[in-house]
Amino acid sequence: MTDNTTGGKNTDRVIAIFRAIAVLIAAALIGYWVYTTTVNPDSKHPFKYGLDLAGGSHLVYEADVSSLDQSEVPDLMNTLREVIERRINVFGVSEPLVQIERSSVVSERRSERLVVELPGVTDVNAAIRNIGQTPLLEFKLLSTSTPLGATSTEVAYIDTGLTGRYLANAQVVFGQGGAGLSNEPIVSIAFNEEGSRLFEDITRTHVGEQLAIFLDGELKSAPRINEAIAGGKAVISGNFTPTEARDLVRNLNFGALPVPITLVSTQTIGSSLGDDALHAGVHAGIVGFIILAIFLIIWYRLPGVISVVALVIWVVIMLALFKLIPVVLTAAGIAGFILSIGLAVDANVLIAERMKEELRAGKNIHEAISEGFSRAWLAIRDSNTAHVIVGVILFWLGTALIKGFALVFTIGVFVSMFSAITVSRTLLLALPISNESKIGRFLMSSGFSK
Amino acid sequence: MKKKQYLFLIIPLIGSLVAIGAIFAWGLTPGIDLAGGSMLQVSYEERPSVELVNEKLAPLGYGEIRVQPSGDHDFILRQRELTNEEKQALSAALGELGTFSEVQFNSVGPSIGDEIVHKSWWAVALVSLAIVSFIAFAFRHVSKPVASWKYGLVTIVTLVHDVLVPIGLFAYLGHAHGAEIGVFFIVAILTTLGISINDTIVIFDRIRENLRINEIKHRGELFADVVWRSTKQSLTRSINTSMTVVIMLVALFILGPESTKDFSLTLIIGMVAGTYSSLLLASPLLIFIEERQRKNTGVQST
Repeated sequence: MTDNTTGGKNTDRVIAIFRAIAVLIAAALIGYWVYTTTVNPDSKHPFKYGLDLAGGSHLVYEADVSSLDQSEVPDLMNTLREVIERRINVFGVSEPLVQIERSSVVSERRSERLVVELPGVTDVNAAIRNIGQTPLLEFKLLSTSTPLGATSTEVAYIDTGLTGRYLANAQVVFGQGGAGLSNEPIVSIAFNEEGSRLFEDITRTHVGEQLAIFLDGELKSAPRINEAIAGGKAVISGNFTPTEARDLVRNLNFGALPVPITLVSTQTIGSSLGDDALHAGVHAGIVGFIILAIFLIIWYRLPGVISVVALVIWVVIMLALFKLIPVVLTAAGIAGFILSIGLAVDANVLIAERMKEELRAGKNIHEAISEGFSRAWLAIRDSNTAHVIVGVILFWLGTALIKGFALVFTIGVFVSMFSAITVSRTLLLALPISNESKIGRFLMSSGFSK
Repeated sequence: MKKKQYLFLIIPLIGSLVAIGAIFAWGLTPGIDLAGGSMLQVSYEERPSVELVNEKLAPLGYGEIRVQPSGDHDFILRQRELTNEEKQALSAALGELGTFSEVQFNSVGPSIGDEIVHKSWWAVALVSLAIVSFIAFAFRHVSKPVASWKYGLVTIVTLVHDVLVPIGLFAYLGHAHGAEIGVFFIVAILTTLGISINDTIVIFDRIRENLRINEIKHRGELFADVVWRSTKQSLTRSINTSMTVVIMLVALFILGPESTKDFSLTLIIGMVAGTYSSLLLASPLLIFIEERQRKNTGVQST
């Protein structure tokens, strides 16, 4: 209050009321947008639900990268992801999600995982079998040595780095079996550019040695290298029946595994269970909110009403952000949201308590509001910082389940800082309450005081 | 400072000791998402008896299969980790007992759980360290009569208490009702570390403010009295900020989905423990530290 004249005060009030109306209109617009995009099934911004709410399957594969050079791993994992993605797309699953998950720096054991999410698929058997058919193709050099004193020769296979990841395409060819039967089906493969170069290098430097071809870890053939082979073509022969050869070619053309993988976790959630979980979560949120609102209004009276309005605006902003970011909602995320409602209102509680104190100290209502805000600020800042610390560390901790919770929780903290400070303050300052009236003082007090 | 104030410390002390006792006596039972294993929930149109299911599944040779009825139609089966083929065989065997639908299936290899447990220890250490550092930083201007890092130290003691109580409860629940702890439990414990601290911060903030006002006004109030006055002044808001969170969590616990029940229960207990510990542990401990410090240096009186 810089100006003590009545005119100045009136202008201040008009501005305050104008601001409050602007805040309410903005909130109503966001609310309307959230509503229409939820009701309209064709909306571009629907809520996105995780598998535990929508039903579906969640598979985790672990890739064996122990024998690889660490610098190569990210590249190989990307190839792996693409290969698996291609196979899953064959199913016609809507919006499958295939992503790489890495163990963190603090893990004792490095591991690279591939997470496959299949929304709506509850019979996961077919999916697992199909993914399991992805061939693993490796080329290894045969090295024979006879250690001193040993009678038998030891056979070792040395990785060449040439694997199915360099595959361009494959086809069945008959009758080129060389020394073998003339109509034996063989699989002819073509490497991509990089693979061709690698193949040429290997064959040039190892003329006279044997290059073994492994399919799914099983030795298929080990032809002798007669000369450097340019052009990037190779054949796999291995007593295939015509059907086997055709299946192999089809599988190879979907892509071969660049690294061996094993299924380490399967999770399937029926859609009815997911539905129930979603409804229970929403139900809990609404009932909790109503009880909380009653508590706030009874205890904090007018500031309580304002904090409930601020909380509604907080909810609306949160829901809009869920749609815009978008945040995939899971049971954990909904739990985080419900918890955040309780935390978001804390700032309002602190401010209301502080205002009451300032009023008791004999300040007028407007001074009490400004003082209440500025004095409560430090405690609000400090506790919210503690929340953000936890949110960030939880997000880092990582599996999908935890991330879903941590993300909602952290967004909630930031939005609450905004809504408690900006929204509540604007609304309170616009209230037409005079200091002198008894009712005004009653409304601004709290608890058991009169 | 009245001797009586130390008596408050007895309640959190007993709480912690009982919890530690429970943890040592019964330990915690890790669920399949931490220890590996599998869980299958099926819903029968007409549910056969548990004995019949046990009999039917024994020849599969999957080791111990714990069959537990759930609701009116469901069974929850817990056993070791299963491959896709083993799972198919299990479903086939169950199918011979009647028409059923699979509600959910979850099979986890031990490596994933190991990693989460390992990471969780790091997360607990990091969260604690970050919060202490932050409190020490936020109270850096408050060095008299108690150094700011000691506020951090008190916070940590309080936090240890706040998480011991729910962990102790789950040790008991594991013993009495077969409750298992999973990833949700770990998330709840870590969250407790972050939010049970709220009311401690509210009280410390008030102490910080009162100390500053005293300094400006050259008021020679005893530290113990400042702490006590601040605690009384912030009592209502300290309880109410926790109350708002507990209201939401209780709603989630009673009405929310099955999967987050343990999560909300852990947090409710952690919040309640956090509320009384900030009043009965943090404040008295701060006074205790200041008195020890004064006795050691001999003279100083504030």
